[in-house]
Amino acid sequence: MMMEQNIKHHLTDEILMGYAAGTLPEAFNLMVATHVSLCDTCRAQVAALESIGGEVLDLTADNVVSMDEGSLAATLSLIAGGPVEEIRMPRVKDSILPGPLQDYVGGDLKDIQWRSVGLGVKQAILPTSKDASARLLFIPAGAAMPDHGHHGTEMTMVLQGAFQDEDDYFARGDVEVADSDLHHTPVADIHEDCICLAVTDAPLRFNGLLPKIAQRFVRI
Amino acid sequence: MDEIGGKRMLWVDHMIRIRDAQDQSAFAELFSHFGPRVKGFLIKSGADASLAEEVAQEVMATCWHKAHMFDPARASVATWIFTIARNRKIDVLRKQRRPEPEDLGWGPEEDPDQADVMALQQESEILGRAIAELPAAQRELIEKAYFGDLSHSEIADQTGLPLGTIKSRIRLALERLRHAMK
Repeated sequence: MMMEQNIKHHLTDEILMGYAAGTLPEAFNLMVATHVSLCDTCRAQVAALESIGGEVLDLTADNVVSMDEGSLAATLSLIAGGPVEEIRMPRVKDSILPGPLQDYVGGDLKDIQWRSVGLGVKQAILPTSKDASARLLFIPAGAAMPDHGHHGTEMTMVLQGAFQDEDDYFARGDVEVADSDLHHTPVADIHEDCICLAVTDAPLRFNGLLPKIAQRFVRI
Repeated sequence: MDEIGGKRMLWVDHMIRIRDAQDQSAFAELFSHFGPRVKGFLIKSGADASLAEEVAQEVMATCWHKAHMFDPARASVATWIFTIARNRKIDVLRKQRRPEPEDLGWGPEEDPDQADVMALQQESEILGRAIAELPAAQRELIEKAYFGDLSHSEIADQTGLPLGTIKSRIRLALERLRHAMK
Protein backbone atom coordinates (compact mmCIF):
# COMPACT_ATOMS: atom_id res chain seq x y z
CA MET A 1 0.00 0.00 0.00
CA MET A 2 1.24 3.51 -0.83
CA MET A 3 2.06 5.73 2.09
CA GLU A 4 -0.05 8.88 2.08
CA GLN A 5 2.26 11.88 1.99
CA ASN A 6 -0.26 14.54 2.90
CA ILE A 7 -1.73 13.31 6.16
CA LYS A 8 -2.41 16.33 8.36
CA HIS A 9 -4.47 14.86 11.18
CA HIS A 10 -2.63 12.23 13.20
CA LEU A 11 -3.34 10.01 16.17
CA THR A 12 -2.57 11.36 19.65
CA ASP A 13 0.42 10.34 21.77
CA GLU A 14 -1.98 8.85 24.31
CA ILE A 15 -3.52 6.50 21.74
CA LEU A 16 -0.17 5.59 20.19
CA MET A 17 1.29 4.90 23.63
CA GLY A 18 -1.67 2.67 24.48
CA TYR A 19 -1.04 0.79 21.24
CA ALA A 20 2.67 0.40 22.01
CA ALA A 21 1.88 -0.78 25.54
CA GLY A 22 -0.91 -3.12 24.44
CA THR A 23 -3.58 -1.53 26.65
CA LEU A 24 -6.14 -0.38 24.05
CA PRO A 25 -9.45 -2.04 23.19
CA GLU A 26 -9.26 -4.13 20.02
CA ALA A 27 -11.25 -1.60 17.96
CA PHE A 28 -8.71 1.12 18.83
CA ASN A 29 -5.81 -1.18 17.95
CA LEU A 30 -7.51 -1.70 14.59
CA MET A 31 -7.63 2.07 14.08
CA VAL A 32 -3.95 2.47 14.93
CA ALA A 33 -2.86 -0.49 12.76
CA THR A 34 -4.90 0.92 9.86
CA HIS A 35 -3.60 4.48 10.22
CA VAL A 36 -0.01 3.35 10.68
CA SER A 37 -0.32 1.34 7.45
CA LEU A 38 -0.72 4.69 5.65
CA CYS A 39 1.24 7.06 7.90
CA ASP A 40 5.03 6.96 8.24
CA THR A 41 5.01 9.66 10.92
CA CYS A 42 2.81 7.69 13.30
CA ARG A 43 4.61 4.44 12.44
CA ALA A 44 7.89 6.02 13.58
CA GLN A 45 6.16 7.36 16.65
CA VAL A 46 4.92 3.88 17.55
CA ALA A 47 8.47 2.53 17.17
CA ALA A 48 9.76 5.22 19.54
CA LEU A 49 7.04 4.46 22.09
CA GLU A 50 7.77 0.73 21.83
CA SER A 51 11.40 1.45 22.58
CA ILE A 52 10.29 3.08 25.85
CA GLY A 53 8.49 -0.20 26.62
CA GLY A 54 11.73 -2.10 25.91
CA GLU A 55 13.70 0.13 28.26
CA VAL A 56 11.11 -0.16 31.01
CA LEU A 57 11.20 -3.95 30.60
CA ASP A 58 14.98 -4.00 30.78
CA LEU A 59 15.56 -1.48 33.56
CA THR A 60 12.77 -1.85 36.08
CA ALA A 61 14.35 -4.23 38.56
CA ASP A 62 11.37 -4.54 40.92
CA ASN A 63 9.26 -6.17 38.20
CA VAL A 64 11.61 -9.14 37.82
CA VAL A 65 10.07 -12.50 38.81
CA SER A 66 12.26 -15.62 38.83
CA MET A 67 11.47 -18.33 36.35
CA ASP A 68 10.53 -21.76 37.73
CA GLU A 69 13.00 -24.58 38.30
CA GLY A 70 13.64 -26.38 34.98
CA SER A 71 12.26 -23.47 32.98
CA LEU A 72 15.14 -23.22 30.52
CA ALA A 73 14.98 -26.96 29.75
CA ALA A 74 11.21 -26.70 29.23
CA THR A 75 11.72 -23.77 26.85
CA LEU A 76 14.40 -25.62 24.90
CA SER A 77 12.01 -28.51 24.40
CA LEU A 78 9.32 -26.03 23.24
CA ILE A 79 11.90 -24.80 20.75
CA ALA A 80 12.67 -28.36 19.64
CA GLY A 81 8.94 -28.79 18.88
CA GLY A 82 9.26 -26.15 16.14
CA PRO A 83 7.56 -22.78 15.63
CA VAL A 84 3.81 -22.30 15.98
CA GLU A 85 2.32 -21.86 12.51
CA GLU A 86 0.76 -18.45 12.01
CA ILE A 87 -2.08 -18.44 9.53
CA ARG A 88 -2.45 -15.11 7.78
CA MET A 89 -4.96 -14.30 5.09
CA PRO A 90 -3.46 -13.04 1.86
CA ARG A 91 -3.91 -9.29 1.48
CA VAL A 92 -4.72 -7.39 -1.71
CA LYS A 93 -2.28 -4.68 -2.75
CA ASP A 94 -3.44 -1.19 -3.77
CA SER A 95 -6.88 -1.54 -2.22
CA ILE A 96 -8.89 1.22 -0.56
CA LEU A 97 -8.72 -0.97 2.55
CA PRO A 98 -5.31 -1.21 4.23
CA GLY A 99 -4.28 -4.77 5.20
CA PRO A 100 -5.56 -4.81 8.79
CA LEU A 101 -9.05 -3.82 7.60
CA GLN A 102 -8.99 -6.50 4.91
CA ASP A 103 -8.40 -9.01 7.73
CA TYR A 104 -11.48 -7.76 9.60
CA VAL A 105 -13.74 -7.48 6.54
CA GLY A 106 -12.64 -10.95 5.45
CA GLY A 107 -11.82 -9.68 1.97
CA ASP A 108 -11.81 -6.45 0.02
CA LEU A 109 -14.14 -3.48 -0.55
CA LYS A 110 -16.63 -5.63 -2.50
CA ASP A 111 -16.94 -8.04 0.45
CA ILE A 112 -18.14 -5.44 2.96
CA GLN A 113 -21.63 -6.29 4.26
CA TRP A 114 -23.19 -2.83 4.21
CA ARG A 115 -26.43 -2.10 6.06
CA SER A 116 -28.41 1.03 5.44
CA VAL A 117 -28.73 3.52 8.29
CA GLY A 118 -30.99 5.86 6.32
CA LEU A 119 -30.44 8.97 4.16
CA GLY A 120 -28.02 7.03 1.96
CA VAL A 121 -25.61 6.42 4.82
CA LYS A 122 -24.50 2.80 5.24
CA GLN A 123 -22.40 1.07 7.82
CA ALA A 124 -20.74 -2.26 8.47
CA ILE A 125 -19.89 -3.24 12.04
CA LEU A 126 -16.58 -5.08 12.33
CA PRO A 127 -16.09 -7.94 14.79
CA THR A 128 -13.99 -6.75 17.74
CA SER A 129 -13.99 -7.17 21.50
CA LYS A 130 -16.91 -5.44 23.17
CA ASP A 131 -15.02 -2.77 25.15
CA ALA A 132 -15.18 -0.60 22.02
CA SER A 133 -16.68 -0.84 18.56
CA ALA A 134 -15.40 -0.43 15.02
CA ARG A 135 -17.41 0.13 11.89
CA LEU A 136 -16.99 1.21 8.32
CA LEU A 137 -19.18 4.12 7.23
CA PHE A 138 -20.30 4.96 3.71
CA ILE A 139 -21.48 8.55 3.26
CA PRO A 140 -22.72 9.60 -0.20
CA ALA A 141 -20.81 12.49 -1.81
CA GLY A 142 -22.05 15.78 -0.39
CA ALA A 143 -24.24 14.18 2.27
CA ALA A 144 -24.15 15.10 5.93
CA MET A 145 -23.49 12.59 8.65
CA PRO A 146 -26.29 12.62 11.23
CA ASP A 147 -25.55 15.29 13.84
CA HIS A 148 -24.18 13.57 16.87
CA GLY A 149 -22.34 14.18 20.09
CA HIS A 150 -19.99 11.82 21.82
CA HIS A 151 -19.49 9.95 25.02
CA GLY A 152 -15.95 8.76 25.49
CA THR A 153 -13.49 8.85 22.61
CA GLU A 154 -14.36 8.54 18.94
CA MET A 155 -11.87 8.35 16.09
CA THR A 156 -12.82 8.59 12.42
CA MET A 157 -10.34 7.97 9.62
CA VAL A 158 -10.94 8.62 5.93
CA LEU A 159 -10.28 5.73 3.53
CA GLN A 160 -11.89 7.13 0.39
CA GLY A 161 -13.15 10.61 -0.48
CA ALA A 162 -13.02 13.28 2.20
CA PHE A 163 -15.17 15.00 4.78
CA GLN A 164 -15.21 18.31 6.52
CA ASP A 165 -16.72 19.57 9.71
CA GLU A 166 -16.98 23.08 11.12
CA ASP A 167 -13.22 23.33 11.66
CA ASP A 168 -11.27 21.11 9.32
CA TYR A 169 -10.93 19.08 6.13
CA PHE A 170 -10.09 15.35 6.33
CA ALA A 171 -8.76 13.37 3.37
CA ARG A 172 -7.49 9.80 3.00
CA GLY A 173 -5.40 8.80 6.02
CA ASP A 174 -6.51 11.74 8.18
CA VAL A 175 -8.01 10.88 11.57
CA GLU A 176 -10.40 13.03 13.53
CA VAL A 177 -10.11 12.35 17.25
CA ALA A 178 -13.19 13.57 19.13
CA ASP A 179 -14.01 13.47 22.80
CA SER A 180 -17.19 14.11 24.73
CA ASP A 181 -17.01 17.91 24.31
CA LEU A 182 -17.34 17.87 20.56
CA HIS A 183 -20.67 18.26 18.79
CA HIS A 184 -20.24 18.39 15.09
CA THR A 185 -21.80 17.74 11.70
CA PRO A 186 -19.31 16.26 9.28
CA VAL A 187 -20.21 16.52 5.58
CA ALA A 188 -18.77 14.31 2.85
CA ASP A 189 -16.87 16.09 0.08
CA ILE A 190 -19.00 16.59 -3.03
CA HIS A 191 -16.54 14.94 -5.44
CA GLU A 192 -16.67 11.36 -4.22
CA ASP A 193 -18.57 9.05 -1.88
CA CYS A 194 -16.76 8.91 1.44
CA ILE A 195 -15.73 5.71 3.21
CA CYS A 196 -14.42 5.95 6.77
CA LEU A 197 -13.34 3.73 9.60
CA ALA A 198 -14.94 4.89 12.85
CA VAL A 199 -14.15 3.50 16.30
CA THR A 200 -15.60 4.48 19.64
CA ASP A 201 -15.46 3.26 23.22
CA ALA A 202 -19.03 4.41 23.89
CA PRO A 203 -22.30 4.35 21.95
CA LEU A 204 -22.83 7.47 19.84
CA ARG A 205 -25.87 9.58 20.66
CA PHE A 206 -27.70 11.15 17.79
CA ASN A 207 -29.59 14.40 18.15
CA GLY A 208 -32.11 13.89 15.35
CA LEU A 209 -35.27 11.76 15.77
CA LEU A 210 -34.76 9.39 12.86
CA PRO A 211 -31.23 8.36 13.75
CA LYS A 212 -32.28 7.93 17.36
CA ILE A 213 -34.79 5.29 16.33
CA ALA A 214 -32.25 3.73 14.00
CA GLN A 215 -29.74 3.66 16.84
CA ARG A 216 -31.86 1.13 18.68
CA PHE A 217 -31.94 -1.29 15.79
CA VAL A 218 -28.57 -1.04 14.13
CA ARG A 219 -26.21 -0.73 17.11
CA ILE A 220 -24.74 2.60 16.11
CA MET B 1 31.24 2.92 24.76
CA ASP B 2 30.41 2.27 28.37
CA GLU B 3 29.08 -0.86 30.02
CA ILE B 4 25.38 -0.36 29.28
CA GLY B 5 25.94 0.31 25.58
CA GLY B 6 28.29 -2.66 25.53
CA LYS B 7 25.61 -4.81 27.12
CA ARG B 8 23.10 -3.89 24.43
CA MET B 9 25.61 -4.81 21.73
CA LEU B 10 26.24 -8.04 23.65
CA TRP B 11 22.53 -8.95 23.42
CA VAL B 12 22.60 -8.15 19.70
CA ASP B 13 25.57 -10.48 19.36
CA HIS B 14 23.65 -13.19 21.27
CA MET B 15 20.72 -12.87 18.86
CA ILE B 16 23.05 -13.25 15.88
CA ARG B 17 24.62 -16.36 17.43
CA ILE B 18 21.15 -17.81 17.99
CA ARG B 19 20.13 -16.98 14.42
CA ASP B 20 23.29 -18.17 12.68
CA ALA B 21 24.51 -21.01 14.89
CA GLN B 22 21.48 -22.07 16.99
CA ASP B 23 23.76 -21.28 19.93
CA GLN B 24 22.12 -22.69 23.09
CA SER B 25 24.54 -21.06 25.52
CA ALA B 26 23.79 -17.62 24.02
CA PHE B 27 20.11 -18.45 24.39
CA ALA B 28 20.59 -19.53 28.02
CA GLU B 29 22.09 -16.12 28.86
CA LEU B 30 19.36 -14.25 27.01
CA PHE B 31 16.80 -16.39 28.81
CA SER B 32 18.21 -15.78 32.27
CA HIS B 33 18.14 -12.01 31.73
CA PHE B 34 14.86 -11.50 29.86
CA GLY B 35 12.77 -14.51 30.99
CA PRO B 36 12.20 -13.13 34.52
CA ARG B 37 11.48 -9.65 33.14
CA VAL B 38 8.88 -10.98 30.72
CA LYS B 39 7.35 -13.06 33.51
CA GLY B 40 7.18 -9.99 35.76
CA PHE B 41 5.56 -7.98 32.95
CA LEU B 42 2.90 -10.69 32.49
CA ILE B 43 2.15 -10.89 36.21
CA LYS B 44 1.80 -7.10 36.36
CA SER B 45 -0.60 -7.42 33.42
CA GLY B 46 -2.85 -9.75 35.41
CA ALA B 47 -1.55 -13.28 34.77
CA ASP B 48 -1.15 -15.65 37.73
CA ALA B 49 2.34 -17.05 38.31
CA SER B 50 1.83 -20.31 36.44
CA LEU B 51 0.26 -18.69 33.36
CA ALA B 52 2.99 -16.03 33.37
CA GLU B 53 5.64 -18.77 33.51
CA GLU B 54 4.06 -20.63 30.61
CA VAL B 55 3.65 -17.52 28.43
CA ALA B 56 7.16 -16.25 29.27
CA GLN B 57 8.54 -19.59 28.05
CA GLU B 58 6.54 -19.20 24.82
CA VAL B 59 7.82 -15.64 24.37
CA MET B 60 11.43 -16.78 24.81
CA ALA B 61 10.89 -19.70 22.41
CA THR B 62 9.52 -17.19 19.88
CA CYS B 63 12.77 -15.20 20.23
CA TRP B 64 14.60 -18.31 19.05
CA HIS B 65 12.24 -19.11 16.20
CA LYS B 66 12.00 -15.52 14.96
CA ALA B 67 15.68 -14.65 15.45
CA HIS B 68 15.92 -14.09 11.67
CA MET B 69 13.27 -11.33 11.99
CA PHE B 70 15.24 -9.31 14.54
CA ASP B 71 16.78 -6.20 13.00
CA PRO B 72 19.40 -4.60 15.29
CA ALA B 73 19.40 -1.45 13.13
CA ARG B 74 15.74 -0.91 14.07
CA ALA B 75 15.32 -2.04 17.68
CA SER B 76 17.20 -3.05 20.79
CA VAL B 77 16.82 -6.67 21.86
CA ALA B 78 14.84 -5.49 24.89
CA THR B 79 12.37 -3.59 22.67
CA TRP B 80 11.98 -6.52 20.30
CA ILE B 81 11.28 -8.91 23.19
CA PHE B 82 8.90 -6.37 24.73
CA THR B 83 6.81 -6.29 21.54
CA ILE B 84 6.67 -10.11 21.41
CA ALA B 85 5.58 -10.22 25.07
CA ARG B 86 3.01 -7.46 24.51
CA ASN B 87 1.50 -9.31 21.55
CA ARG B 88 1.23 -12.53 23.58
CA LYS B 89 -0.36 -10.55 26.40
CA ILE B 90 -3.06 -9.33 24.02
CA ASP B 91 -3.62 -12.85 22.66
CA VAL B 92 -3.58 -14.79 25.88
CA LEU B 93 -4.51 -12.37 28.67
CA ARG B 94 -6.83 -9.97 26.90
CA LYS B 95 -8.06 -12.74 24.58
CA GLN B 96 -8.20 -10.34 21.66
CA ARG B 97 -7.15 -10.57 18.11
CA ARG B 98 -4.29 -8.19 17.38
CA PRO B 99 -4.62 -6.18 14.16
CA GLU B 100 -1.29 -6.20 12.32
CA PRO B 101 -0.22 -3.12 10.35
CA GLU B 102 0.95 -3.65 6.80
CA ASP B 103 4.57 -4.66 6.41
CA LEU B 104 6.78 -2.06 4.88
CA GLY B 105 7.76 -4.58 2.25
CA TRP B 106 11.34 -4.96 3.42
CA GLY B 107 12.43 -7.37 6.13
CA PRO B 108 15.68 -7.14 8.08
CA GLU B 109 18.72 -6.97 5.87
CA GLU B 110 21.03 -9.94 5.86
CA ASP B 111 23.85 -7.86 7.31
CA PRO B 112 22.75 -4.40 8.37
CA ASP B 113 25.39 -1.68 8.42
CA GLN B 114 27.34 -1.92 11.70
CA ALA B 115 27.28 1.86 12.04
CA ASP B 116 23.45 1.83 11.90
CA VAL B 117 23.35 -0.94 14.48
CA MET B 118 25.71 0.90 16.82
CA ALA B 119 23.78 4.16 16.39
CA LEU B 120 20.45 2.52 17.21
CA GLN B 121 21.80 0.63 20.20
CA GLN B 122 23.44 3.77 21.55
CA GLU B 123 20.21 5.70 21.10
CA SER B 124 18.38 3.13 23.15
CA GLU B 125 21.02 3.50 25.85
CA ILE B 126 20.46 7.26 25.92
CA LEU B 127 16.74 6.64 26.13
CA GLY B 128 17.20 4.20 29.02
CA ARG B 129 19.27 6.72 30.91
CA ALA B 130 16.76 9.49 30.24
CA ILE B 131 13.96 7.31 31.62
CA ALA B 132 16.04 6.55 34.73
CA GLU B 133 16.61 10.29 35.21
CA LEU B 134 12.96 11.32 34.92
CA PRO B 135 11.47 12.89 38.05
CA ALA B 136 10.08 10.02 40.17
CA ALA B 137 6.43 11.07 39.72
CA GLN B 138 6.79 11.00 35.93
CA ARG B 139 8.83 7.80 35.79
CA GLU B 140 6.30 5.92 37.92
CA LEU B 141 3.51 6.89 35.55
CA ILE B 142 5.51 5.84 32.50
CA GLU B 143 6.09 2.47 34.18
CA LYS B 144 2.41 2.14 35.00
CA ALA B 145 1.43 3.04 31.43
CA TYR B 146 3.52 0.14 30.10
CA PHE B 147 3.33 -2.32 32.99
CA GLY B 148 -0.01 -3.18 34.48
CA ASP B 149 -2.31 -3.19 31.48
CA LEU B 150 -3.86 0.12 32.53
CA SER B 151 -5.35 2.92 30.46
CA HIS B 152 -4.69 6.48 31.62
CA SER B 153 -8.11 6.66 33.28
CA GLU B 154 -7.50 3.32 35.03
CA ILE B 155 -4.19 4.73 36.30
CA ALA B 156 -6.19 7.69 37.62
CA ASP B 157 -8.57 5.32 39.45
CA GLN B 158 -5.70 3.30 40.85
CA THR B 159 -3.55 6.19 42.03
CA GLY B 160 -6.35 8.55 43.04
CA LEU B 161 -4.69 11.31 40.97
CA PRO B 162 -6.92 13.38 38.68
CA LEU B 163 -6.89 12.22 35.05
CA GLY B 164 -5.62 15.64 33.94
CA THR B 165 -2.58 15.26 36.20
CA ILE B 166 -1.84 11.80 34.82
CA LYS B 167 -2.06 13.05 31.25
CA SER B 168 0.08 16.12 31.82
CA ARG B 169 2.78 14.17 33.69
CA ILE B 170 2.98 11.60 30.92
CA ARG B 171 3.10 14.38 28.34
CA LEU B 172 5.93 16.08 30.25
CA ALA B 173 7.79 12.77 30.50
CA LEU B 174 7.51 12.22 26.73
CA GLU B 175 8.73 15.77 26.08
CA ARG B 176 11.78 15.18 28.26
CA LEU B 177 12.52 11.87 26.56
CA ARG B 178 12.19 13.47 23.11
CA HIS B 179 14.49 16.27 24.18
CA ALA B 180 17.05 13.73 25.45
CA MET B 181 16.95 11.92 22.10
CA LYS B 182 17.75 15.06 20.06
